[in-house]
Amino acid sequence: MKSHLSLRRLNRTLASLLSQPSRAAIVCNRHHSTYPPNARLNIPTDYSTTPLLAHSPQMALSSSELPPEVKNGMTKRLNLFQAINEALATALREDENVLIFGEDVAFGGVFRCTMNLAGDYGADRVFNTPLTEQGIMGFGIGLAAEGMRPIAEIQFADYVFPAFDQLVNEAAKYRYREGKTGRSAGGLTVRMPCGGVGHGALYHSQSPESLFTHIPGLRVIMPRSPLQAKGLLLSAIRSNDPCIFMEPKILYRAAVEQVPSSPYTLPLSKAEVLQQGENVTIISYGQPLYTCHAALKKAEEDLGISVELIDLRTIYPWDRETVFKSVRKTGRCMVVHESMVNAGVGAEVSAAIQGDAETFLRLEAPVTRVAGWSIHSPLMFEKFNIPDVARVYDGIKKLIEY
Amino acid sequence: MFSRALRVPRAAAPLVRARATAARPSTVAALRSVTTNAASSHADKAAVPDADDQPFQVTLSDESFETYELDPPSYTLDVTKKELKDMYSNMVVTRQMEMAADRLYKEKKIRGFCHLSTGQEAVAVGIEHALTKEDDVITAYRCHGFALMRGASVRSIIGELLGRREGIAYGKGGSMHMFAKGFYGGNGIVGAQVPVGAGLAFAHKYTGRKNASVILYGDGASNQGQVFEAFNMAKLWGLPALFGCENNKYGMGTAAARSSALTDYYKRGQYIPGLKVNGMDVLAVKAAVKYGKDWAISQNSPLVLEYVTYRYGGHSMSDPGTTYRTREEIQRMRSTNDPIAGLKQKILDWGVCNEDELKAIDKEARSHVNEEVAAAEAMAFPENKPEILFEDVYVKGSEPQFLRGRTPDENFYFSS
Repeated sequence: MKSHLSLRRLNRTLASLLSQPSRAAIVCNRHHSTYPPNARLNIPTDYSTTPLLAHSPQMALSSSELPPEVKNGMTKRLNLFQAINEALATALREDENVLIFGEDVAFGGVFRCTMNLAGDYGADRVFNTPLTEQGIMGFGIGLAAEGMRPIAEIQFADYVFPAFDQLVNEAAKYRYREGKTGRSAGGLTVRMPCGGVGHGALYHSQSPESLFTHIPGLRVIMPRSPLQAKGLLLSAIRSNDPCIFMEPKILYRAAVEQVPSSPYTLPLSKAEVLQQGENVTIISYGQPLYTCHAALKKAEEDLGISVELIDLRTIYPWDRETVFKSVRKTGRCMVVHESMVNAGVGAEVSAAIQGDAETFLRLEAPVTRVAGWSIHSPLMFEKFNIPDVARVYDGIKKLIEY
Repeated sequence: MFSRALRVPRAAAPLVRARATAARPSTVAALRSVTTNAASSHADKAAVPDADDQPFQVTLSDESFETYELDPPSYTLDVTKKELKDMYSNMVVTRQMEMAADRLYKEKKIRGFCHLSTGQEAVAVGIEHALTKEDDVITAYRCHGFALMRGASVRSIIGELLGRREGIAYGKGGSMHMFAKGFYGGNGIVGAQVPVGAGLAFAHKYTGRKNASVILYGDGASNQGQVFEAFNMAKLWGLPALFGCENNKYGMGTAAARSSALTDYYKRGQYIPGLKVNGMDVLAVKAAVKYGKDWAISQNSPLVLEYVTYRYGGHSMSDPGTTYRTREEIQRMRSTNDPIAGLKQKILDWGVCNEDELKAIDKEARSHVNEEVAAAEAMAFPENKPEILFEDVYVKGSEPQFLRGRTPDENFYFSS
């Protein structure tokens, strides 16, 4: 009932955003999802101008997280799959214990992240597996237990569920139960493309990160851009805890930016403040950050406020300090993610915010979540399911007006 | 009705076999089932040397093995008196330890799940005597004997069962989770250890070590999908993996034929050669695994073994083990096929040592286990503090700021 109400409210919001009613009628008659020709909010992200991507070498090298030798180096224009390819190649080059395997990775993988790696580093180090997710994961854990650094690819995050047992019961608990032998599955990194692309439907658009953020022992990471992906993936590979590295597949080609050429790592479990603000904090990760950024720009123009935008980057164990600090400053907070709202990352983050006494006392409005509905990822309605600019904008407005 | 339906195909099977036999007499040998006689090997008593460490030849029963797409191992093997006595002692200590665990469980000192291997000692001991410490063993939850043979002490195993801080996994794992050098557990999920074992084997191959991984699972676990996934990967990549089904006839309380379409577990690899072995005879197990290891490494191929064995007790402590099989069956195996009694008889027959010396070994084993159990019982329980509860979830020093307790005031903050 409640969701009906909010859907209706959403429709009203959408309708009110259309300046010409006659155009609205045309839109309603469409059988595919697109944005209305004169929409104010729900226009597609222009990745070539968004300030969340480094369009110049100066921007790319300005990050304080990069070491001096990288800052003094060159940059290259890369999209997300090329940046991931670079990180994988670096790992293979630096450590002969690194192995890459998964379904079709020897041919480059369905998203081309492993292009040329088998040729450059040998078919004995980059190889295809049968269609055997559970086997891949157990196999990777065994390799990691021997001190190697396996990088397993699950072709789509939607396919990871047969491997769930291995990840939860074997990988995550290894260190906890190995006694005095000093072994762990820490060398293991699992990469998987996730998230919506507009037409992936039930089995190619899921974003199951919160199923893993429930599990102590795992580190769950989702980068927002090529520069971030290269640094975070190298950190994940070098990390001595099993890491789940989820790559928003819509960004593979869409997100292009200048990426430092030298190898570098970015810290795990450390959030990044992408934009400072005073009135509202938005916490997100992965692709929805672009949606959030578009929404907050409009909200800042319309409402005369300033919004702080935080990228969690590592979604478990996550950086509470940065989040709490921001919310104590702004007093208003919203968590945005693509996957289902129920028991999602937003639930954990907002519960943690209200559970922290000092932050709780500073709250001016209830912490809100803007996320996918609690439904499966439907082919026809994927664009409605995934939070769009209008929903985030609406969320900001309600927070301010509370 | 249901049981008759179940019986039909098995009744029909001999007819098919008889026809096959008539057509191809050479397959007669392959149709024979392996013996479970633990005292079926032979040695020329006159040829047994005086010296403890001088080898002499033992001939295994020609019913010790069955093979699938594989030449059988040699039916003769060299042993020394010392090794036979070691094997005997190992099996006795294992059984004494399991009996101590049984007693402690019934005294309610051990809690939780506990799976004992009484009756199956020859498998763990025979495998260990065929391997080096650089080889790997991985098994499921019936793991006490394997942990012991890989080098864990009785006190660390019993201490673990008792949940003590000095237990082999700091009291965090209990019966199902034990690790040692060359031993990768002790795994609680049925079948999950099998692909992990393939990973272990890959590491050997990749690094060029001439070692193998011995991967054990039960007749129940052999139907898990991931077992077949591991078979496929291991054959595809030519891994030195000795998959091995410990067939003790029952997956918990389900007889093998009720759960498995093909109960010839050594043929389950289909494209992987198989070797079925008398798992009650420690010498046959040793011969099979030694042969299997050399074969797997030299042929770049995994092997699927089947150890035909029997557990005297129930599946776990909560299973009396008598509802799905007759007491007579258990009694018959205990009295005629016991691995320890079988080896004892051979040792005496061959004049390896006399009865008094064996009694001394028994006595020493018993007193060793008693001492170790006493030491385990004297171990402290883990201190009741969060540092212990929250350790080893992440790399020391790189933990998140805190991990959650049930309520915020129980949250544990890492000091680093």
